[in-house]
Amino acid sequence: MRRRAATAVHLTRRRIDPAEVVNSVKDERAGGVVLFLGTVRSVNEGRSVERLEYQAYRAMAEKRMREIEAEVRERWPVQKVKILHREGSLPVGEISVAVAVSSEHREEAFEACRYAIGSVKHSLPVWKREKIVGGGELWVEGEPIREARTRASPSRESARKQVA
Amino acid sequence: MAKVSVLYFAQAREAAGTGEEAMTLSDHSTIEALLSTVSENHPKLAAMKRSIKVAVNSQLAEPRTVLHDGDEVALLPPVSGGKR
Repeated sequence: MRRRAATAVHLTRRRIDPAEVVNSVKDERAGGVVLFLGTVRSVNEGRSVERLEYQAYRAMAEKRMREIEAEVRERWPVQKVKILHREGSLPVGEISVAVAVSSEHREEAFEACRYAIGSVKHSLPVWKREKIVGGGELWVEGEPIREARTRASPSRESARKQVA
Repeated sequence: MAKVSVLYFAQAREAAGTGEEAMTLSDHSTIEALLSTVSENHPKLAAMKRSIKVAVNSQLAEPRTVLHDGDEVALLPPVSGGKR
């Protein structure tokens, strides 16, 4: 196996293959796998999107991804975790982010996956430049970057999830 | 004196007109002080200063954090996040 394939979390310039992601978290002790895929949307806030260009602060993004994996493992009894995020220029429909979790039972896999993608979205130093159909482009702005510092236990996480 | 490298990303990179620059700071300079200096050097940065977070050596840091020789200081504009 190539060394890259053994890394659980990283940024990539290659297309994300969902089957490969699922296979990477398969585990005999696991009763389930949850996979989340983020894809490039054709419409954003009324604008027709042609493609998104992702720019990352690589060192910090990969460090944050490793921390997110550690946070997931600390909170839920999961078997394997995989987090991938694309860099570069992606057309509409292409997968930009993938999170997969395997665990003994499904509930912790769902919760862990939901937590991981949320954390990826608000704490990863990765920015999107939107190329609009017919010309024009802009940086997609959201909220100031933050790190997950909530110390919710798995049970509080489930409670929070129910009202979400 | 502390020599640091300053990294700019996304909107901040456009405002600064560069992705990276070396800066020499006086001893005990804070992130706050560095932000003031770079906003003076690159006026377009001043407008976005409040929404920018700063990481030192890949770790988010508070404005009063003191910078040291060799630090890598990154200016991070808001990320697109996604609320839903």
